[in-house]
Amino acid sequence: MATDHLSVTFAALADPTRRAILARLAQGEASVTELAKPFDLSLPGVSKHLKVLQRAGLIRQSRNAQWRPCRLDGTRLKDAADWVGDYRRFWDESFERLDDVLQDLIQEEKKNDREGS
Amino acid sequence: MTEKGARTMPKTEYVIEPGKQEIISTTILDAPRELVFKAYTDPKLFAQWWGPRRYEVKIDKFDSRRGGEWRVVHRGADGSEFAFRGVNHDVVAPERICATFEYEGAPGHVALQTATFEPLGNKTRLVAHQVFQSVMDRDGMVASGMQEGADESMDRLAELLETMKSGK
Repeated sequence: MATDHLSVTFAALADPTRRAILARLAQGEASVTELAKPFDLSLPGVSKHLKVLQRAGLIRQSRNAQWRPCRLDGTRLKDAADWVGDYRRFWDESFERLDDVLQDLIQEEKKNDREGS
Repeated sequence: MTEKGARTMPKTEYVIEPGKQEIISTTILDAPRELVFKAYTDPKLFAQWWGPRRYEVKIDKFDSRRGGEWRVVHRGADGSEFAFRGVNHDVVAPERICATFEYEGAPGHVALQTATFEPLGNKTRLVAHQVFQSVMDRDGMVASGMQEGADESMDRLAELLETMKSGK
């Protein structure tokens, strides 16, 4: 089902450490040691998070270089961002239009007040 | 930014946490809440703002009383239609509307939405709370009913992560 990988993505994102790892990787690739540093995590601890992110297709780990850098894979994240974006576009635009309608109503009321007095 | 001049457009904040069934949005509108309530309950006004501009809005049913039914259809330029319907569970002027919501493209997946209008002087804080029957419903409804072209920017990622920060 189309929503399936979205669920996996969102589950992987449902952890502050993993979101912080992604935010770090959004700036460029990094080694596992570099990723572990700011979080006060053991290497196995960070590896566990990386495995979840990898399974969700959010990051890739290079096999070539000896230090096996991790980097972001934007495709799945883009799907998740698009999903949030679609919803937001719908409502952002609705609320903008609502605001227009309200301003018209306010003008109308002012006009009626003037005519009534 | 827009030709609207000095007026600032409302900025909406969303809380969409991963793994949850709800979406909460908060908007400050530059109008007293009686007017906001009116724009929500008068079908002529509602048709002027609900949904993206590119859709024509057709109001099929709009009974803004407690227990009243509503059904609204969006029609695209290519003739495609998206229909939404529900029942107004509670309508408390001018503070709150609680209604069911169903996208007819996914029948049986019913959400409960509550709009609360809080006075802020001459302005209104509008809190829209949507609860779905499952996390999958929440994630799926938007993807099916509210599709739109995507853009590639990495800013969206930052925004997404920002939205999710509150998830702790």
